[in-house]
Amino acid sequence: MLRYTLRRLASLVVSLVVASLVIFAVVEVAPGDPASFMLGINAAPETVAALRAELGLDQPKWQRYLDWVGGMLTGDFGTSYTYRAPVGEMIADRLWVSLPLALYALALSTLIAFPAGIYAAARRGRPGDLAVMGLTQLGVAVPNFWFAMMLVLLFAITLGWVGAGGFPGWEAGVWAGMKALTLPAISLALPQAAILARVMRSSLLDILGEDFIRTARAKGLSRGQALWRHGLRNALIPVLTILGLQFAFLLAGGIIIEQVFYLPGLGRLIFQAISARDLIVVESVVMLLVFAVILVNFLVDLAYAAVDPRLRRRA
Amino acid sequence: MTLLQIEGLNLSVGGAPILREVSLSIAAGEILAVTGESGSGKSLTALSVMGLLPGNASVAGAIRLEGRDLLGLSEREMCAVRGRDVGMVFQEPMTALNPVQSIGDQVAETILVHERAPRAEAMARARTMLDRVGLPAERFPLSRYPHELSGGQRQRVGIALAIALRPRLLIADEPTTALDVTTQAQILALLKELARDFGMGLMMITHDLAVVSDMADRIAVMRDGEVVETGETRRLFAAMRHPYTRALFEASGHRVTLPPRHVTGGTLLEVRGVSRDYPLPREGLFAPRRHHRAVNRVSLSIGRGERVGLVGESGCGKSTLTRAILGLEEVQEGDIRMEGAPVFTGHRPNPEVRRKMQVVFQDPYGSFNPRHRVARLVTEPFHLLDAPPRGAARNRAVAEALEAVGLSARDATKFIHEFSGGQRQRIAIARALIIRPELIVFDEAVSALDVSVRAQILDLIARLSGELSLSYLFISHDLTVVRRITERVLVMRAGEIVEEGETEKVFSQPRHPYTQELIAAAPRLPAPPSATETPDAAS
Amino acid sequence: MTGADRKLFLGGALTLLFVAAALLSFVWTPEDVTRMNIAGRLRPPSAANWLGTDHFGRDMLSMIMVGARTSLAVALLAVGIGIGIGVPLGLAAAARRGGWLDEIIMRANDLVFAFPSLVIAILITAVFGPSAVNAIVAIGIFNIPVFARLTRGAALSLWQREFVMAARVAGKSTARISAEHILPNVTNLLIVQGTIQFSLGILAEAGLSYVGLGAQPPTPSWGRMLADAQTMVSLAPHVALIPGLAIVFTVLGLNLMGDGLRDRLDPRLRVARA
Repeated sequence: MLRYTLRRLASLVVSLVVASLVIFAVVEVAPGDPASFMLGINAAPETVAALRAELGLDQPKWQRYLDWVGGMLTGDFGTSYTYRAPVGEMIADRLWVSLPLALYALALSTLIAFPAGIYAAARRGRPGDLAVMGLTQLGVAVPNFWFAMMLVLLFAITLGWVGAGGFPGWEAGVWAGMKALTLPAISLALPQAAILARVMRSSLLDILGEDFIRTARAKGLSRGQALWRHGLRNALIPVLTILGLQFAFLLAGGIIIEQVFYLPGLGRLIFQAISARDLIVVESVVMLLVFAVILVNFLVDLAYAAVDPRLRRRA
Repeated sequence: MTLLQIEGLNLSVGGAPILREVSLSIAAGEILAVTGESGSGKSLTALSVMGLLPGNASVAGAIRLEGRDLLGLSEREMCAVRGRDVGMVFQEPMTALNPVQSIGDQVAETILVHERAPRAEAMARARTMLDRVGLPAERFPLSRYPHELSGGQRQRVGIALAIALRPRLLIADEPTTALDVTTQAQILALLKELARDFGMGLMMITHDLAVVSDMADRIAVMRDGEVVETGETRRLFAAMRHPYTRALFEASGHRVTLPPRHVTGGTLLEVRGVSRDYPLPREGLFAPRRHHRAVNRVSLSIGRGERVGLVGESGCGKSTLTRAILGLEEVQEGDIRMEGAPVFTGHRPNPEVRRKMQVVFQDPYGSFNPRHRVARLVTEPFHLLDAPPRGAARNRAVAEALEAVGLSARDATKFIHEFSGGQRQRIAIARALIIRPELIVFDEAVSALDVSVRAQILDLIARLSGELSLSYLFISHDLTVVRRITERVLVMRAGEIVEEGETEKVFSQPRHPYTQELIAAAPRLPAPPSATETPDAAS
Repeated sequence: MTGADRKLFLGGALTLLFVAAALLSFVWTPEDVTRMNIAGRLRPPSAANWLGTDHFGRDMLSMIMVGARTSLAVALLAVGIGIGIGVPLGLAAAARRGGWLDEIIMRANDLVFAFPSLVIAILITAVFGPSAVNAIVAIGIFNIPVFARLTRGAALSLWQREFVMAARVAGKSTARISAEHILPNVTNLLIVQGTIQFSLGILAEAGLSYVGLGAQPPTPSWGRMLADAQTMVSLAPHVALIPGLAIVFTVLGLNLMGDGLRDRLDPRLRVARA
């Protein structure tokens, strides 16, 4: 198990290094000089040069890459070109909105998808299954941001149960914060839940066709007992993969949903940065998102080993 | 009193009739073998008893266990019967166990499903059962997982969980078909012993008449969903009243008349000191890569016109050796020469050598690209020729090859799914023959076939070897088949050739202990009751 | 008609409807989408404007028709990139299983999966500016590993099959076997996955246009229409409802078609859906 963990950890580090190189390289080829962009076309060359030095833009490329990576490792994400504020602090503020939103949505999606998928698999071919499958078919076709707009139209504008958007901040209390994140989380979670439920169902059905389910039935387990005791744990392996991928989609999808609900999360930060050509902010936020995705995949790999004893021994 | 009484069982699945008026009975402590070729309905008879038929099946008749009709029971009542009164062992030990649950849990579950026993007690009883089936505690703790066990050991777990509650009836569906011959003998002995000790009725489903003759008290022969003959084992073999029983018996023990060797002299294939390693997954990130030696310094030679067999159990390295001979994989050590020319030259297979060899594989269903017509499939080896025949000459070559294997020239335009397993194997032989190779490698070429079809293919190979002066290497795990179709045999074990010699001599007086063990383990048919007439082998 | 046929029929009909609308828009739309009419803005559906008008008074039906062009073209080209690059990579990786090429391709695949298409799009637009072409590239890059993995997985098991062994014994080269025996036997799988990626591409394009990273005005696109509609939702719900439904029906049609095709071609096909 330890060896397996170490191997995964090594592959996590390699992925991070390569990802950071790719991001850095892409941003490097960006046309235009941030310093002249910030100061406008009429700026004096000396002023631009001074700003370039201040921002470290006159350093060689490899030096700037090392500074960037080294800075991130010590929590220093550099200084925003436009806000002249530490990028780290800006990200930290926004993360307190984006991360809870993604986790909230992930929890909702799992809570909806697991029972729905198991239910559909257990009632294969019967009306209950067809109803769940029909709903999920619709669910995977709905763009989450449009679904969000429809939720706003119904619950905020027509019924007036919740505000149409904005975020009071966690200072206003956990309850108020969660309330503001509920509609966004639902609109993120439902389309994802539809996918997850389908995967859960088909994975379970695959497992139910396996020989060892027949063995379990021959022991005297009922169909339901066999599904519950032998099917679920085996079916979880492909489901975990999708769950890992979904977290990536929820984080990224959150960026769009934040636009619908005017939430001050990473999404708004990144779009403001793009329009201001504040590349250091874009670079760092993208790196952070990629880091989150790679980290989650690492955790999923560890979860595999917990579920599947075959992985524990072999490296 | 009869333990199990099946009366007039009719079964149809999705409207298609599968079983017709099947009647069988088993007494307590009795072993009944149900035998027949694929499609005879023997497995579905067993599943009918378990009540584990597919959802679209409909059953009529009666299945009485100690007088109680199982077909009349509700699903809930049936669950109480399964595992407690009737246990079942399945064919594939590799997939029949839950991979993510320990063996102790899986055996104990049978107990926990039926009895309100505390977990600790159930585990203790599981321990006893595992000991009983030959998995002692010191080497096989309850916490083991299936992937840590061999096929034979897994099958023992499968038996332990089926008999954990000492059911009165045990059904074993081809329990040894997926196992090696030495393991098979052990599992059969275990089942027989358990049936005696527990006074259990045992319903043994198998396609192998030889297995049946060794252990069953009574035999039921099935064909196309019907029981054609049933009776006490010795008497059934002696009388064989039904022609199908006789045909099946004849095909199982089918003797091939191998035509005399025409050409002699000259070595065709020469394998000298060949070794082949496979890398194992690294132990640690920077640990040196370790290797598994699949074939270890093997030497052999095949003379022109010679018919040589290679026997060994799974994992002995015979497939690796085959791939090396065919030039599909390069070897690490030693060399392989065909008429003096190396199979590999400078890390590339030598086309000059390749066109002298062809192969026939095991799986008649996987050997052909489903999207091509027979003519294209059969002419694939023409790729090896510098000037392959075209147009009329090509059509003629296809027709000749197909006719040589007993098919018709008209079959050239058909797709492969239009043929049966035996016919496909004929097409595979036609494909191997079409470029007139010097040597044909038969890689388990009859192992996937039913006995009657197998007999026909063996006859075909024998006939062709006479007509075309073929030399071949016949690779198989099945000793009886190798004995019939070869004149010299090599025995392989753990990557090495342990014995070599004239086929009859090796089989009648094996020298190496492993060969002796193999031959002793192979199930044998009783001597034929009378002079057998050979049924017409043409399909 | 079996369930598979029903799905295929319904899905095919929906897809065809939107494809036809997109093609028709090249020669005819009910009204000119460049003509604004502020006086007639935000009108609900009526006999004159079947689907109403938007905040500039443009005919919604015409906008939807022209917008279908953008959505379908972006998604289709992105699938083309995925298949065009991913399939050869997958075939090559499978042909040299465990070799350095296989290793590099699979590692690169993992890496691309760490950048969700939206993140790729953000990077690209941040650097090169927003446009439909960049949206195609962003979605297309993400499609590459999907097809590469799928092809490799299917090809690996085909390479173990005896008919491929027979072709090797017949002396055929790896490339030739890949083209002659492997590719034809993975086509069904590719078609099914292709329709799924197509539908995902439409969703992704809509998302990118919505946040302004896709097709730029004045090119109409469904995502942009939704972005424009956001502030008008309370005044005229139809401006948000209609483009959304267009997306839902297109994606639904493609998914149904994919499911139906899978059931028809081979029920055992494994397709990734994420």
